[in-house]
Amino acid sequence: MKKIWSFLTKRPVIQGFWALFTNSRLGNFFNGAIYTGDLKAVCVPGLNCYSCPGATGACPIGALQAQLGGWKRGFAFYTAGLLILFGALFGRLICGFLCPFGFIQDLLYRIKTKKKLRVPNKLDTRLRYIKYAVLAVFVIILPIFLVSEYGVSTPWFCKLICPAGTLEGGVPLVLGNPDLRASVGLLYAWKITLMLAILTLCVFLSRAFCKYLCPLGAIYSFFNRSSFYRMKLDEGRCTRCGACSRVCPMDIDVPHDLDGPECIRCQECKHICPHGAIRSDFAAGIKHKEASGHAAD
Amino acid sequence: MNKLRPYLKYALLLLAAAFLAVGILRQEYLAVLRKAVMICLECIGIG
Repeated sequence: MKKIWSFLTKRPVIQGFWALFTNSRLGNFFNGAIYTGDLKAVCVPGLNCYSCPGATGACPIGALQAQLGGWKRGFAFYTAGLLILFGALFGRLICGFLCPFGFIQDLLYRIKTKKKLRVPNKLDTRLRYIKYAVLAVFVIILPIFLVSEYGVSTPWFCKLICPAGTLEGGVPLVLGNPDLRASVGLLYAWKITLMLAILTLCVFLSRAFCKYLCPLGAIYSFFNRSSFYRMKLDEGRCTRCGACSRVCPMDIDVPHDLDGPECIRCQECKHICPHGAIRSDFAAGIKHKEASGHAAD
Repeated sequence: MNKLRPYLKYALLLLAAAFLAVGILRQEYLAVLRKAVMICLECIGIG
């Protein structure tokens, strides 16, 4: 029983289960259609294109753009409420466990290559700000202000950047639907090229899209330091051996930045730590306070 | 500010509930549904 539980709680198993659960309309992959039921009114927490044939829910980034740029102008209370709810409960735990595109990136990085990339620290820090610019410009500003004569806007992030939409929606739908295949043009070529570039980069650089481009990760990063779920370092137990930072898929300096905006709470550091110095749960903050208090005593 | 941080998560939860209530009252979920049940040509690189 313990072995089964241990297997079921492994991160790739949870990621795979969640990716399948949120894309469970598998039959649609064969007939080039998408699910059109009422569940599509609810956003899933991770980046998962609602035009993926298997998708059972809506993509929060797509929904946000649709609301901000739709004919019924105004603040997107519904999608913002869902994003705040997910963020307040889990923070970027969603990136680590409940994002199908994050799962795809993890699988790609497992491909054995002669050398894996590591971006120099200074450049890496600067590049990570790009995702906030992507969020501000392509998800918020352009859909609000670049409006057609009919009063609606385009989901600019989906249209020009999103590799998840191309991979999960663009490729299977174009392969399975002759009408769509006939409509393929320059934009499709651009999106396929960008998607291939990002996926190739992810083979060499862990979670490249999450680190530098993902606007959903940018949103959840605002909640990491104040969410219910937290990760904490027990300073008394940490020997600064560096084992945690070496396994971190986000390449953060774990003792320094654990639970910071870039931490996806994947638990890799927690599992590798030989001293049990890293804790995580919905009350990690409280427990840590108690532990520190005793240590000080 | 640090003293208030432990309470921020509760405030965020309340804010999320309030936003969701307003969004549902304004039937914003229908806008999401309308978008999500049609093939998004922009998302897949056609439109």
